[in-house]
Amino acid sequence: MSQPGVLSRKAPRTGVSKTGVDWFLTVMRVATLTLICVGLLAFIAQEINTNNPFARWANPDATGLTGEQFWGLIVSGVSQGAMYGLIALGYSMVYGVLGFINFAHGEVFMVGAMTGMITSNKLADAGLWESNFVGSLVFIIVISILVCALTAVIMERVAYRPLRGSPRLIPLITSIGVSFFLQNASVVLLGPGAKSYPNVPDWVKSKHTFLEIEGARILVILVAAVSMICLWYFVERTKTGKAMRAVAEDAEIAELMGINVNRTIVKVFALGGAMAGMAGILWGILFRSVIHTTGFLPGIKAFSAAVVGGIGHLGGAMAGGLSIGVAESVGPLVILEPLGVSGVSQLRDAVAFAVLIGVLLLRPSGLFGERLPAEDRT
Amino acid sequence: MSSEPLLEMRQVNAHYGAVHALVDVNLAINQGELVCLLGGNASGKSTTLKTLLGMLKPTSGEVVLNGEVVNDKPTSYRVSQGVTMVPENRRLFKRLTVRENLDLGAYLRVDARQIAGDMERVFELFPRVKERLNQKAGTLSGGEQQMVAIGRALMSDPKVLLMDEPSMGLAPALVQQNFELIQQIHETGMTVFMVEQNANMALSIADRGWVLQTGRVVLDDTAQNLLAHPELQASYLGTAK
Repeated sequence: MSQPGVLSRKAPRTGVSKTGVDWFLTVMRVATLTLICVGLLAFIAQEINTNNPFARWANPDATGLTGEQFWGLIVSGVSQGAMYGLIALGYSMVYGVLGFINFAHGEVFMVGAMTGMITSNKLADAGLWESNFVGSLVFIIVISILVCALTAVIMERVAYRPLRGSPRLIPLITSIGVSFFLQNASVVLLGPGAKSYPNVPDWVKSKHTFLEIEGARILVILVAAVSMICLWYFVERTKTGKAMRAVAEDAEIAELMGINVNRTIVKVFALGGAMAGMAGILWGILFRSVIHTTGFLPGIKAFSAAVVGGIGHLGGAMAGGLSIGVAESVGPLVILEPLGVSGVSQLRDAVAFAVLIGVLLLRPSGLFGERLPAEDRT
Repeated sequence: MSSEPLLEMRQVNAHYGAVHALVDVNLAINQGELVCLLGGNASGKSTTLKTLLGMLKPTSGEVVLNGEVVNDKPTSYRVSQGVTMVPENRRLFKRLTVRENLDLGAYLRVDARQIAGDMERVFELFPRVKERLNQKAGTLSGGEQQMVAIGRALMSDPKVLLMDEPSMGLAPALVQQNFELIQQIHETGMTVFMVEQNANMALSIADRGWVLQTGRVVLDDTAQNLLAHPELQASYLGTAK
């Protein structure tokens, strides 16, 4: 029934005129795009002929890349990105269901890498690591998944559930606290130094004739792809997955359907933790060294990946991870080097976050994110 | 009328913090009835539904379902025992397909064959829903969404269907159609309890009704008597001089 007392509600904000901020953003967008385009063109020019004037214009010393180097960068970017993607899934799923960023998720990944370090060294002591590498790998993955899922579940129970219903900033700040707690717990339990994984068999270290890729990187890409497919199947096709999506969209109505919302949230944390655990092991196999701060940078980059892909969107998290991984691997040499920036190989991290900023400038809801109506954006 | 009501509130009080939202509310819904609860904004209509469904715990009094006091039972238990609600503004899972929405309605059930049978019944009732089965629910028109919302509720195989403001947010033509739907479902033997602001419309199809004002039941009568009630007409239906 219409309310006679109320004549009209506040007029909707349509056709808002451009403010200074809008102009500033437009300038930033154009500048970013120009930078990328010029860098790319210079790179292409120098690939065609190192001596042509356009290639010499900004950086006379640039030599370009051989096809082999370029392929190497792509592969390392993809494998790195696959790990970011796996971690990003956890950020994205928790955000989807609870609407806050669990910054401690990077530390869950570190817990996974540490768990893998401990179990793999135990296996190496027992001689099983060399004699049955694949079996041992499966074993440490399973252990790491269990430990990480448990860590994530305890985290939810102890730190986040009591704060359910409070403003979003509060669990966010809490998650930073949880993150410090986990890092320091690792220092207390395992000491502050870097710890290494046992030596991996030659076939993992050496490059394979198949596309000239290191065994470890093939392993990472393969395992990440399989996990992603399993997760997708779980979320899209099973009853529990359907319940998760329902809770993510409207927890109150999900409860009305008889879904146990708390239990579903616990499952989401467990699943995200499991993916982080998987990534932790892959990290250990690839870099063979872990320290209590291992989770920080990959965690932040994975968070960026989740945002780049469109937070809350699972395929987006994986795509975002791959984009950031490839960008930070290829970007410095392809775009920055031809522009005459010095010390490009140390700019990986800057490039990774530049991707985040770039995506937020051009497409704030991420690559796959839906544009939310204003009412949902609270 | 059967001897024992299907769903009942006995002397229920409920609070939101310091706000006394329901005051000694007594309601009884009998098998096969179509009843309505009327009231303006903030009169406690939604609170009543939340209390019946277990989303809000009453501070005193009893909620009785099939003769069992369910005060301490969670929503999921009450849904499994045959109460369900079509929420205000439909509240479909817009990013899920129509089929997934219907599946979620049957979330607590395990009898696959009967679930499939119930889905067929929903299709018989709403042939349009079947055409839209694999579409995202958010892409449907308002009327179609209403059908899916009712269908989703029916999928839990309820004994009593609660409807929160079924006319809310719909175009006038759809409101008419919607009340016809409710009547149609009621004719299949379903017990329906609707909460409405659109009193004339609701009373035109209901058997009985209550009027709620600031958390108290101020009128409890048959639909005809309520329609004729001078005070109700004056204060609320807006047809008196």
